[in-house]
Amino acid sequence: MFIWKSASSAQTREIARRLGEIVSAGTVLALDGELGAGKTVFAQGVALGLGVEEQVTSPSFVLMHIYQGRLLFYHFDFYRLDEEAELDSLGLEEYFDGESVVLVEWAGKFSDALPPTRLEITIVLDETGDEDARLLCVNPRGDLMSVILEEWSRRCCF
Amino acid sequence: MVLNGRRILSNVISSQDDLHRRFGGVVPEIASRRHLEMINPIIDEALARAGVALTELEAIGVSYGPGLVGSLLVGVSTAKALAYALDVPLMAVNHLEGHIYANFLTGVVIVFPLLCLVVSGGHTSLIYMQNHGELTVLGRTRDDAAGEVFDKVARALSLGFPGGPAIAKLAQGGDAVAFSFPRALMGEEWQMDFSFSGLKTAVLNSIRREKEQGRQVKLEDLCASFQAAVVDVLVEKTALAARRYAVRQLLLAGGVAANSELRRSMFCRMEEEGVEVIVPPPQLCTDNGAMIGAAAYFALRRGRLAEPTLNAVANLMIDGA
Repeated sequence: MFIWKSASSAQTREIARRLGEIVSAGTVLALDGELGAGKTVFAQGVALGLGVEEQVTSPSFVLMHIYQGRLLFYHFDFYRLDEEAELDSLGLEEYFDGESVVLVEWAGKFSDALPPTRLEITIVLDETGDEDARLLCVNPRGDLMSVILEEWSRRCCF
Repeated sequence: MVLNGRRILSNVISSQDDLHRRFGGVVPEIASRRHLEMINPIIDEALARAGVALTELEAIGVSYGPGLVGSLLVGVSTAKALAYALDVPLMAVNHLEGHIYANFLTGVVIVFPLLCLVVSGGHTSLIYMQNHGELTVLGRTRDDAAGEVFDKVARALSLGFPGGPAIAKLAQGGDAVAFSFPRALMGEEWQMDFSFSGLKTAVLNSIRREKEQGRQVKLEDLCASFQAAVVDVLVEKTALAARRYAVRQLLLAGGVAANSELRRSMFCRMEEEGVEVIVPPPQLCTDNGAMIGAAAYFALRRGRLAEPTLNAVANLMIDGA
């Protein structure tokens, strides 16, 4: 487990941008954190790092957005999904094609549906800081993800 | 089934059972497999209710984006097959543009140029329409959609589904200035883009603060203050656009158009601007087939036929912007 302190949403976006710059094709980012924690802000940062020029918005209601950066970027949100059957109909597995980057908000709701190799990021309120302060808790699952985390942390010397 | 772009012969919506009732409306993005099961019965039902035979259809319109590609493909493939088999023209309609055309089914005379504000769970877009097929997106949300924050605040307050109406109801008895919530991106430099994510966080922070200090959250006041913040931004940005583009009408579209405070405030403000506000009835505000039919009719009149190679486009933009 690796933990970053972020003082603001701008800093969260910047930390995520540096991840976006180094993620390789096939990377799955599993995001969790309560409402307003900054999951979409994090996704915006990753997209920025991937070179996506479009404005990245919350996919909570439409379930997914697709963006083109240096890699295809699939931005999912399980917020509105409550049953496995709803997830099945999304055809999620087809997007884990090894060629794109997949980010899932509220991933913990259906973590069994995600590939075993993934970077889990949980954003929680930092009780020691002010209302905007967050802790970004990163858990790499699989060797490849440990390598990515190492590279990412070297690029974020805050 | 729509006649001449203005009269609904039938407008059948797949209820998709409990799945969608929980969301307070149709969620076409879910269940592409369910789409596949339902599409033929829906077409049969629509024909039966309209009293029209399949062979009497003169053209077919289909939404090809934005949305989930799996669900869109079911519609696009079916429409292409039907158009080919019946040898009638096929029109490809942008889903958002469809929402605008729902207003053409209200019987009101539509006058260009006009503005359309699409506010739903998935979209918050201010669109300028100079004529049929000439649309420009003036602004859109940079993070959360307006309907989405209504839903999320309602969830944080455990108000249940659907969240929007629950908040609107509580807000009626509340003090809209009890809490001071931010109105984001109101400066001229932001033009007509929207941002509701900061408001969402501010409301959640307030709820947390009240709880930490052992105070009972005054739901009515919180809901009224929150709703006022959303409505203020929507109304002011729309007024800014109405002045800048000298429009004569404003069309409201999307599920949030059903919010009575938004309607009231928008009517008042637009009256000052000399702009007529048109709102379709609720069943035409949410996703439906008739609006796609209306849009398709006007595309047909302009000779904008789809190619037989038409494909679904998940992130389709309204004006390529």
